[in-house]
Amino acid sequence: MSQWNESTRTCTKNNDELTHDTSQLDNVLSQYKNKPGSMITILQKAQSIYGYLPRDIIRYISKVTSIKTPIIYGVATFYTQFRLQPVGEYLILLCKGTACHVNGADEIEQTICDELSIQNGQTTKDGLFTLNNVACLGCCSLSPVMMINGETYAKVTPKKVRTILRDLRKKSSHSETKEDHA
Amino acid sequence: MKIIIGQGSCGIAAGSDKVKNAIQNEIDARELTMSLELAGCCGTCYLEPIVDVVSDNGQKTTFVSVKAEQASEILDFALHHKEPNSAVMMEPIDKSAMEKQKRIALQNAGVINPEKIEDYIANEGYKAIQDCLQNKTPMDVIEEIKISGLRGRGGAGFPTWFKWRAAYQQKETPKYIVCNGDEGDPGAFMDRSILEGDPHSVIEGMMIGGYAIGANEGIIYVRAEYPLAIKRLEIALEQARAKGFLGKNIFGTGFDFDIWIKAGAGAFVCGEETALIASLEGLRGMPRLKPPFPAQKGYWGKPTNINNVETFANVPWIMRLGGAAFAALGTEKSKGTKVFALAGKIKRGGLIEIPMGVTLREVIFDIGGGIQDDKEFKAVQMGGPSGGCIPASLLDTPIDYESITATGAIMGSGGMVVMDETTCMVDMARFFLDFTCKESCGKCVQCRVGTKRMLEILERITDGKGKDGDIELLEDLCQKVKDGSLCALGGTAPNPVLTTLQYFRDEYEAHIYEHRCPAHSCKKLLTYTIKEEQCVGCGACAKKCPTDAISGEPKKVHSIDQELCIQCGTCKTVCTFNAIEAL
Repeated sequence: MSQWNESTRTCTKNNDELTHDTSQLDNVLSQYKNKPGSMITILQKAQSIYGYLPRDIIRYISKVTSIKTPIIYGVATFYTQFRLQPVGEYLILLCKGTACHVNGADEIEQTICDELSIQNGQTTKDGLFTLNNVACLGCCSLSPVMMINGETYAKVTPKKVRTILRDLRKKSSHSETKEDHA
Repeated sequence: MKIIIGQGSCGIAAGSDKVKNAIQNEIDARELTMSLELAGCCGTCYLEPIVDVVSDNGQKTTFVSVKAEQASEILDFALHHKEPNSAVMMEPIDKSAMEKQKRIALQNAGVINPEKIEDYIANEGYKAIQDCLQNKTPMDVIEEIKISGLRGRGGAGFPTWFKWRAAYQQKETPKYIVCNGDEGDPGAFMDRSILEGDPHSVIEGMMIGGYAIGANEGIIYVRAEYPLAIKRLEIALEQARAKGFLGKNIFGTGFDFDIWIKAGAGAFVCGEETALIASLEGLRGMPRLKPPFPAQKGYWGKPTNINNVETFANVPWIMRLGGAAFAALGTEKSKGTKVFALAGKIKRGGLIEIPMGVTLREVIFDIGGGIQDDKEFKAVQMGGPSGGCIPASLLDTPIDYESITATGAIMGSGGMVVMDETTCMVDMARFFLDFTCKESCGKCVQCRVGTKRMLEILERITDGKGKDGDIELLEDLCQKVKDGSLCALGGTAPNPVLTTLQYFRDEYEAHIYEHRCPAHSCKKLLTYTIKEEQCVGCGACAKKCPTDAISGEPKKVHSIDQELCIQCGTCKTVCTFNAIEAL
């Protein structure tokens, strides 16, 4: 039967085929598959392995746990933490909490969107940056705040944001050229 | 001699990791045997990174806004009392702001090393649970909590003893005790700081609660956005097990108890008890009708008691010093202290704990130091998306559950976001509705569709397209969403709109009838002009303008054609010379 594949936006057949390596996930599943109420934990661990929740992996989890895929998708789409698309090398979490909003988070968002030519939830064409707005990072007294790959940047300004992003881009292109030479 | 570095999430965000490494390198280079300790957030987030030098006789000197380059100066001061050149010590005014507070839930935060159980034990830790297990019956414990008058610190303010007794009276077993650390209110970080700075107090509080209701299993539900809190909790649980405080036959009394952590996955509605239970069971976090209450049918259908992080953190203190000592603080109906996260346009933002009954003015001006850049105070937002904005005329309102509710806001979990004259109150209402609309679980039509329609109306008002009758339509929708929602998310979602309509109706009217934003904040209602003295004619704005409204010769002052301008604000974002003015 043909299926709609959301990652490529095309109608494909045989998308039941498992393309990802499951050796790490198997450890997780053997630990949690018989423990009721563990779906969120399983999905969190799967996401930390693959960076997102690939379609074949969701089917695989469904097969091993005997929980139907619509239920798993129901959970995965309910919570903001879960992603069904891969993210860039740098994941920007921009805080849009009340304190950050009052201190100019909208302007910061506009700057990031302008600098990277993406909107919230999108990834740059080179696969380097993904922008995700989040409700609150809990660093309200240092607002506005953003977090990139776990590192928090406090009291950012449009100018600071541009410098941070350009430095990261430079760093990444350096490491690429080094690899090329090697 | 020891050196303590504030290592809460806020401290790390401000750069305390770099300071820690620099001081450690300096200690290694000088081959010293000095101990470098970490501590949680002490509350003065605006002064981070903070380094304390504690001499052998206990004298403490606090350095603030420390930079990595100042590491050797601080060591020189610690070892030879050499006056530092550039490192700044804490000002007396900042110290006095600390002294106006009364710390119970935060008593250890920023003082002890949260990753060392010995520090907590040295501050009378685990004494309260030992006393309860050895000398008190569960009913004695519940009675003591009743005397203390402790009410739920998560927002609703329900008496804690009542919930505990309801769970205690259930015959069915096993029972569960759950700590709600799903701090979803954007603008609040009390629970994070307590979990990061003093995790053992929450663990001990849960043990006491577990003993009182007859539970042997505890669960801490923490937001996944708080990785450091989860890490510190894991360390604390491991250490408590190693000491025999958790596990079988605790203190030889036959009481078994253990706790595990569940990381949430990001859903504001999971702060609601029944939604939290659904989430614990691995499902979509959707609330259900009460009764049955969680005390009757909770986690896996068993009796379950859920309290907030701050509520549990108060419990060991109450059991140690007695309920009467706690009840002596605060007002007649609101006893004890409350922790607040002070943020927004305030000079000294951070975490504070005050006795109930202190006025908003005292908190914002005496402790918070007033408004940034000495602008005019406009409102304070309390209770997050379920709360409301309290205007300047009500600044002398005492902070207790009843007085705050009377203003139309709610006490909430403790978020206090201060706003000045540049904050648009219609935009604030839009901001919160945007939040509740996204976070609505979708179960009740009034909440799912009603918040969306309210958001659309607020968006068109802030875009300058508001119509006559919009205010009345909003008021009508507010009532319907309130009445037609099952849980508190929908039931309180209209509060930000209702309070801003009550106190700042003129701002709504200015947007709708005069197409003007009095705070000069709503982008679509501003006029963009170029300041001649600042413009260098770089052309960056003209290049990015989507409607080609900006023209000018290279290296000469540019100008904006107001006929073509669509007020998108792009020019202001791209200008690096601060030459675009929006009024």
